[in-house]
Amino acid sequence: MNFKISESGYYGEFGGSYIPELLLPNIEELKSAFKRIVESTSFQRDFSKLLKEYVGRPTPLYYARRLSAHYNTNIYLKREDLCHTGAHKINNTIGQILLAQEMNKKRIIAETGAGQHGVATATVCALMGLKCIVYMGEVDMERQAPNVKRMQMLGAEVRAVHSGTKTLKDATNEAIRDWINHPEETYYLIGSVVGPHPYPHIVSIFQSVIGDEIKKQLQQSPDYILACVGGGSNAIGAFYPFLDDETVKLIGVEAAGLGLQSGKTAATLTLGSTGVLHGSKSKLIQTEDGQVVEPYSISAGLDYPGVGPVHAFLDQCGRVEYKNATDEEALIAAGLLTRLEGIIPALESAHAFAALEKINPLADENIVVNLSGRGDKDMETYQQKLKF
Amino acid sequence: MERNKLSDLLQTDKKNLLNIYSTAGYPAIDDTSNIILNAMNSGVDMMEIGIPFSDPLADGPVIQQSSQKALNNGMTLELLFEQLNEIKNKVNIPLLLMGYYNSILNYGTEEFCKKCQMVGISGLIIPDLPLEVFQSEYEDVFKKYQLHNILLITPQTTDDRVKKIDNASTAFIYAVSSASTTGTKTGISDSTAFLEKLSQMHLKHPVLTGFNINNRDAYLQACKYTRGAIIGSAFIKAISNNVKLADGINIFLSSIIQASK
Repeated sequence: MNFKISESGYYGEFGGSYIPELLLPNIEELKSAFKRIVESTSFQRDFSKLLKEYVGRPTPLYYARRLSAHYNTNIYLKREDLCHTGAHKINNTIGQILLAQEMNKKRIIAETGAGQHGVATATVCALMGLKCIVYMGEVDMERQAPNVKRMQMLGAEVRAVHSGTKTLKDATNEAIRDWINHPEETYYLIGSVVGPHPYPHIVSIFQSVIGDEIKKQLQQSPDYILACVGGGSNAIGAFYPFLDDETVKLIGVEAAGLGLQSGKTAATLTLGSTGVLHGSKSKLIQTEDGQVVEPYSISAGLDYPGVGPVHAFLDQCGRVEYKNATDEEALIAAGLLTRLEGIIPALESAHAFAALEKINPLADENIVVNLSGRGDKDMETYQQKLKF
Repeated sequence: MERNKLSDLLQTDKKNLLNIYSTAGYPAIDDTSNIILNAMNSGVDMMEIGIPFSDPLADGPVIQQSSQKALNNGMTLELLFEQLNEIKNKVNIPLLLMGYYNSILNYGTEEFCKKCQMVGISGLIIPDLPLEVFQSEYEDVFKKYQLHNILLITPQTTDDRVKKIDNASTAFIYAVSSASTTGTKTGISDSTAFLEKLSQMHLKHPVLTGFNINNRDAYLQACKYTRGAIIGSAFIKAISNNVKLADGINIFLSSIIQASK
């Protein structure tokens, strides 16, 4: 089976570029610039050098001895939480800022939900001396105040989004509208494997460094890879080099929020239907009338009403199994990892750990869990919910 | 079979065509029928009814808010079809539906087109349905139900693509006055070079200019180079001002039309 993107930008029936004519020249320009640089040795050299010296790659693949004993199997953690800025998001922003420079764009815009992508974007803009504007829902700015301050200290302008439901989906709408209004000088630095083609492909390629390193570090194929899925960038990054190796069971974990039947959930692949949002065709949580439903999860990074088109496709063809974890399951998993290994995970990543309860690995099997980010940003929630 | 009203209108030699946009279910859930009939009686040549959507990417704040309000009012696509069906026999100007692709995909494209024809819709404007997807997947079904697909061009659209869009069009071409979301800029004085260029390209189809046409001057400026103009945000503003709906419509439209028609 072919899991790679088609020439016209589709994964099976999902993906594509459903954008207003206004953005067509931008998308065409982006496509050709990406094609040009991704194969160039100078880009590869600059990208690898920054990942190594600035981000701190390769990140360790750590054998979690006590967590392994707990589940009576072998569990490895891919330590993306040790990346500069505290999450995998920066792999993509480094790649895309080099792309923006190649395209001679001076003004960078981005959307952010929890603020991790916003921080990663503000960081690379500071590094390259470029103007940075981050759109963030008014509600998220309140929930994630420390990340707002980080972005501001890095020199970014954080613009509060008051439209719609004032969260990530509206921040994305606003970023796209900004792009429509400033098509020539602006580079839109998207944070996940969503948006119109070629973004899902670009972000997948830049994040696949995660899986490439796992392959080298483990020196054999793992039996399982577990990763959380909101838009799905850390998951596809970890899965990408293993898609053709069917001996590896790939498991994506969505946020079930208060439960699949509660109406307060972000489990798009389980509950969604085919739809078009933010320029691509994928699965979408929507009403009977086709209105996008505001998702819910305790983790701000997973409450996106859509999901990357590549995941909709991998779900449909069965190559990846998508499970889900509730807020409560994620909190328990975060507590367990913290006490057994001395690592506080991001709430997003905690969902991947919760799925350890839902698989039945053998004692001699190897599991890699992608620890996509660290939990510092979530301390207030942890403190409230875990009551310490 | 009934004739397509838009085809008929464009075949006349009428100039300065005025197309008014209004969001379905706004300001109140059952206002749309009255707005259409009032505007028609005030001399509007065609109307474009917006299907409210939770995430209207190409729209500026005014139309976004009208869309959100309509959804809060409980407006749905199904209800819009019912409302249009009720006034079908009273409407003698072409009606277009403007909507985002997700609304149509979710409704079922063939079913949607069938309903459109049934309630007297002449054409569709779907800003996020790209030309290439339309041609490979939907051209036949649009034809089957006698619906025109109205395609957009912008000042950034290359001449080759303008010609391609002209060839793929069946009614008129929608020229977006400048690189912006709807109603984000004031007036179209920066757009004259673009519109003038279009007027000299000898296109097969007439052009109507839309986005940022906020008053009579801008309307006349658009009509100088193209067959007519589309007014959206300014109209929505005019019917939002807590005035009696009919008064809001009449005052605004007479300020645009005056004695020019």
